[in-house]
Amino acid sequence: MSHVWVWLEQFQGKIPSIVWETMGVARRLADVLGTGVTAVWIGGAIANQAEEAIAMGADIVQVVEHPALADFRFEPYLAVMTHLAKEGTPQAILIGSTARGRELAGGLAAELGTATLVDALEVSIEDGRIVVIRPIYEGKLFARTYVERSPAIVTIRGRAFPKPDPDPGRKGEIRRVSIELDPLAFPTEVLEWIQETEGEISLNEARIVVGGGRGVGGPEGFEPLRELARALGAALGATRAVVDAGWIPYKYQVGQTGKTISPDLYIACGISGAIQHLSGLRGVKVIVAINKDPEAPIFKVARYGVVDDLFKIVPALTAELRRRGLAKG
Amino acid sequence: MHIVVPIKQTPDTTAVLTVDASGRISWGDAPLIVNPWDEFAIEESLRLKEKFGGKVTVITLGPESAKEALKQAVAMGCDEAILLHDPAFEGSDAVVTATILAAAIRKLGAVDLVFMGKESVDGNSAQVPPALARRLGWPLLAYVGKIREIDPAGRTIVVERILEEGRQVVRAPLPAVLSAMQMNEPRYPSFMGIRKAARMQIPVWTAVDLGLAPEQVGAAASAARWPVVFAPPKQEVQCEFIQGESPEEIARLLVDRLLAEKVL
Amino acid sequence: MDFQLSDEHRMVQQMVREFAEREIRPVIKEHDRAQKPIPWLFERMAALGLLGICIPVKYGGAGMDYISLGLACEELERVDSSLRVVMSVHVALNSLSLLQWGTEEQKQRYLVPQAKGEKIAAYALTEPGAGSDAAAIRTTARRQGDVYILNGEKTWISLADLADHFLVIAKTDPEKGHRGMSAFIVERSFPGVKTGTIHGKLGVRAGNTGWIVFENTPVPVENRLGEEGEGFYIAMAALDNGRYTVAAGATGLIRACLEASVKYANERMTFGRRIGEHQLVQEMIAKMAASYEIARLLYLRAGWMKNMGIRNTRETSLAKWFATEAAVQAALDAIQIHGAYGYSDEYDVERYLRNAKGEVIYEGTSQIHTPAGGIRPGLSQGSPPAL
Repeated sequence: MSHVWVWLEQFQGKIPSIVWETMGVARRLADVLGTGVTAVWIGGAIANQAEEAIAMGADIVQVVEHPALADFRFEPYLAVMTHLAKEGTPQAILIGSTARGRELAGGLAAELGTATLVDALEVSIEDGRIVVIRPIYEGKLFARTYVERSPAIVTIRGRAFPKPDPDPGRKGEIRRVSIELDPLAFPTEVLEWIQETEGEISLNEARIVVGGGRGVGGPEGFEPLRELARALGAALGATRAVVDAGWIPYKYQVGQTGKTISPDLYIACGISGAIQHLSGLRGVKVIVAINKDPEAPIFKVARYGVVDDLFKIVPALTAELRRRGLAKG
Repeated sequence: MHIVVPIKQTPDTTAVLTVDASGRISWGDAPLIVNPWDEFAIEESLRLKEKFGGKVTVITLGPESAKEALKQAVAMGCDEAILLHDPAFEGSDAVVTATILAAAIRKLGAVDLVFMGKESVDGNSAQVPPALARRLGWPLLAYVGKIREIDPAGRTIVVERILEEGRQVVRAPLPAVLSAMQMNEPRYPSFMGIRKAARMQIPVWTAVDLGLAPEQVGAAASAARWPVVFAPPKQEVQCEFIQGESPEEIARLLVDRLLAEKVL
Repeated sequence: MDFQLSDEHRMVQQMVREFAEREIRPVIKEHDRAQKPIPWLFERMAALGLLGICIPVKYGGAGMDYISLGLACEELERVDSSLRVVMSVHVALNSLSLLQWGTEEQKQRYLVPQAKGEKIAAYALTEPGAGSDAAAIRTTARRQGDVYILNGEKTWISLADLADHFLVIAKTDPEKGHRGMSAFIVERSFPGVKTGTIHGKLGVRAGNTGWIVFENTPVPVENRLGEEGEGFYIAMAALDNGRYTVAAGATGLIRACLEASVKYANERMTFGRRIGEHQLVQEMIAKMAASYEIARLLYLRAGWMKNMGIRNTRETSLAKWFATEAAVQAALDAIQIHGAYGYSDEYDVERYLRNAKGEVIYEGTSQIHTPAGGIRPGLSQGSPPAL
């Protein structure tokens, strides 16, 4: 029976957690369907994550190396995936719901004449068919969806599924696949890479996020929040209002037209809680709100609230974490 | 330069959505708006027109009432608008939507750039830009945060794409399909634009106009099915307000709670 | 008969609403509390074309109609009255008067920069001893060759400290009562013009209000608007437009109260029920909804008459009277619905009440606009404190 496939997205040789979460879903589906998991690694140099993929649940790892595949580029990556999928007839292709993942998924759906179910929060098998629950309207509603043709292409929402524990004893097969690629067929060139998350915890993967809104008062108002984030090993987030005001760069923006995050803990400092910001928080387990205004809408979604000056509470919180030896840095 | 901006009409993002027993989605009396992501694409296209000359054509696939969204775009400064409407289009998924848009873009003739929002705030799929790029056979530059340069003579474009770890700077030949991140502050419609838009007769293109057969469009051609839409289970959160004599006490009580919740 | 907004009007409404929501709403409370106007307000309103919304394109305006003016005022005042006051003073009372009465030269020199928002304009009629009775003003303009010499004091002048141009009503012939009044375009830079701020207003605290003193201020003859002796009629015609903007604005204020009340009534629980389920609360909200609809129909009819060039003093007066009275009631009820919270400035409704109260006083007190008073000639055109 045809396999469930997983694309092993990698950046500079590192595979992000969302890919392993996706692998976990693929493994579960394959077990229910009585089939195996094929992982696909595409890149420019030797893949050293193939073994890791097997430990994480893959039965077969297809490895495609080519100088033209050094950087992620939509067209050549899509050409490789399309070629492999046409040969291997997977019944589903699972991809982490990242920027690259969603591009590739859309391209694959078009090339294979099928469809993508984006941002899966729940995946199950019903009557032999893969059924996905996914958020629509910024998470205000959910849709129960499936694909009528094969393969179903599914992107998996980050932090919605557990990352499997690796099993170093698992056996699998690594297949090196060589594909003829004409570099001239893909005229898109990557000129430069601007790293923005060096030394920072990424918002998408963070277990804890400290967010700042208008209440921080200005660019320097983020300092106590940064301090707290360092102590917690947390990522920093912000509302659109403060990004628009130029207090902090766009990459920190959470909410509609920014990032959607799903950490275990979100500490909202001086954030009133506009619906556009809240729509980026739907996957958060516990929200703590610190705001002077007791009527701020953020308290309606918060589990814990502190009605006080954030400039008093945030440093006290950092100090308390340090005092109890809970601080990371 | 001729830039085509495919847009989508969506309910206002602040709308309260409900689903009735028959699965129909309602947004009460909340207004319909231009998908906010598409507004970034409109704004950027207008800036390119101001810099390089040419025109911006806005298109949408939707019901007759989606003309309102097109008029909004014209009021902002777009030059032409076309509605793609046909009962046969109903139930089109992202890939089929891309097929219809591609047919319309080809019918428009010489086009240098297709620029749209990275996703819509209703479907949230981000699948139309890549699918459209494939249907047109043009390079895809998705998640664009900045246009660095355009060389109209050399027919190339350099953009910064916003990915999880940073920005990828990419050069591609024109024509290309771009999708926009939050990359600017979209302008308000001007009064002059409003008057122009109000008087504009917007052409409607059907499947026949686009040379598409009934089996190529709509639900029949679509592989995705979404039979059930429902409101997510309500998470009743009761906010516990932490009070104390001093910030230190509040911090201590809060850390106690967070440890108990196992989120630290 | 068509009760639907045209595409054009719908887009104007949407555009102004978005501007007010996105740029003003987040900062208005702090400015109201601090009693400080928003410093960048004119610049933004000018950029959007609002400051010349219904001035013809050939005079630098946006060329929209009176309905657009009304809709803009409704949307602006839904967020804060101080925004609508700018429209009332700069557009309705001053610029539209220049459009109606000005010579081509005056229009080029004053109206064009006003419509573009490069210059801000105010209207100076009210005096310490002359509120609703305009004919009682004491400011004089004595002709001396090519100039008039102005002396006197105006008060309760909106934008007094911020405006560049003033439309000033003064007595050229004190013996002749209201027939001895004339209108003048006075620049702030003219000698002997002094202005100051009135502090401690109950409402419109984010708006500037003040006084102006003219001390032997020379005003060139070519700055007289209309003929000598036409001042009273110019002042009254200006008020027809000013009151229209107040009517439309007050309608927006009612809507703000209604929206705040509905939202609160749906959220707040008492005795285990949402307070919106209590009949008495429902009744207050129903009344607000009805007043909103009535106020809206009244001002839109007045706007339509203005578009058609039909005399509308009575209809405008009625619209102003109803909308402002209803706005006060709506704000009172909104506070009642909000209970103790409504009594504090954590919520917007107390600001709505403070702002609404001014509206039953300026541009003709309610006592002047009641149907009984309003239809009496003369009195119906009695002069209120100008904004």
